[in-house]
Amino acid sequence: MISLSSITRATLAKDLRLEWRSKDAINSMLFFSLLVVVIFSFVFNPTAEESRRIAGGLIWVAFLFAAVVALNQTWARELRNQVLDAYRISPAPANALFLAKALGNFIFVSVLEALMTPLFIVFYTLRALGPAYQLPIVAVLGTWALVVNGTFFAAMSLRTRAREIMLPLLLFPISIPALTGMVEATSAILTGEYSARFWIALLVAYDVVFTIACLLLFETVLHAE
Amino acid sequence: MNFLYTAYAAAWIIHLVYVAHLVRRYVRLRKEIEELGK
Amino acid sequence: MKRAFPILAILTAGLLSYGLYEALVAAPTDQLQGNVYRIIYYHVPSAWTAFLMFLINFVASVTYLIRRNVKADAIAVVTAEVGVVYCTIVLVTGPLWARPVWGIWWTWDMRLTSTLVLWLIYVSYLFLRKFSSGSQTPVLAAALAIFGALDVPLVYFSIWFFRTQHPQPVIGGGGSIDPRMLHVMLLNWAAFLCFAGLVCWSRYRLEILQREVEETQALEALLDRRPQ
Repeated sequence: MISLSSITRATLAKDLRLEWRSKDAINSMLFFSLLVVVIFSFVFNPTAEESRRIAGGLIWVAFLFAAVVALNQTWARELRNQVLDAYRISPAPANALFLAKALGNFIFVSVLEALMTPLFIVFYTLRALGPAYQLPIVAVLGTWALVVNGTFFAAMSLRTRAREIMLPLLLFPISIPALTGMVEATSAILTGEYSARFWIALLVAYDVVFTIACLLLFETVLHAE
Repeated sequence: MNFLYTAYAAAWIIHLVYVAHLVRRYVRLRKEIEELGK
Repeated sequence: MKRAFPILAILTAGLLSYGLYEALVAAPTDQLQGNVYRIIYYHVPSAWTAFLMFLINFVASVTYLIRRNVKADAIAVVTAEVGVVYCTIVLVTGPLWARPVWGIWWTWDMRLTSTLVLWLIYVSYLFLRKFSSGSQTPVLAAALAIFGALDVPLVYFSIWFFRTQHPQPVIGGGGSIDPRMLHVMLLNWAAFLCFAGLVCWSRYRLEILQREVEETQALEALLDRRPQ
């Protein structure tokens, strides 16, 4: 247990430090999200009333695409420096590496969401008619749902042909229940017309099930050769 | 009414396309086996 | 073993023909929908067969991860492919049924939506099998199959609750089914199960043969590189 968290912390710290210095992932994600928001604004151009209904969907689709950009870069760094091979030989538990990567991604995507949300509020004149305090809960649960499976599938896609398209190909179908949950919960909170509670419960169930599945199967996937 | 026959036809076409695909793969495999035999 | 195949083939042909006759001619006409409802005799059995295929795929995938049995992996790929074929038929016959009866090609109801998601998951599974490098394919695919299976109940719950919150016309409604119709349904299901069995068997033999050929080719390549 102690070794798990110390390795996780070390790897996470290293990733965050590297990212802070180069800001590769965050810059590309940010610009990409901005582009998506702008294009959606041109295409949909909703009224204030409509905005509240569709904003949930737009926001999460934008975050999903941005997350894919980040996830694709997650393992690229490790691959470049043969770090993965070193990990496979070392006695360190594979889960430590997975958790570090997943948490790193989670932080990146959350930072992105924090930066994009004000933009969304401005572009669509958003105001939550329902319990706004639930929004951060939905954000955390939803982001983790995308990131945990995304990190896992990104690792699976590493040595496939067409690596970068493989990740969304695998991630999107499996994420459908989570996406439904995120979008519905956000719409529920924004419109205030119904309760987001069931969707939040669904997201919790999704997160628990897939976090356990990823932790159990990552070692197997890492050593697949 | 047309929808009924279209549906049944579609089902069978899909089945037959898959079977034809399998047959084609089998033929190709047979050729490869012959090549190996040489 | 080899003689069973033609026997099964004849039995299947018989069942399919009989099933077709029953479905198109012998089964009673529905009062509300007329003759179009007969699509159900292909639509529903195909769905049940697809689900069975995916269930076998799940079991085979788990077996592979535990025992690393090559045959289990072959069964996994076979049932995934055949399952996708049957699932495609469900997704094609569904709208063809919905359009004349309910006026719309598609609706995001429980059955169609969950079948679509299932189809998407297993098509992505087939893509993974196609694009990953040979040695790790079985393990990665098995992991994905498990993820897919875990997803299924979550998909059901999410669609169910979505429908509860945003109600819409229910396609293929509930209510009790005429026992004569049920008989025809089960007959066609038996026929398609036998057909699926035949196709799976053939696909399985093809898969095993393919692997043997690839092994031989790899060996040849290895031997050819030895210095003369």
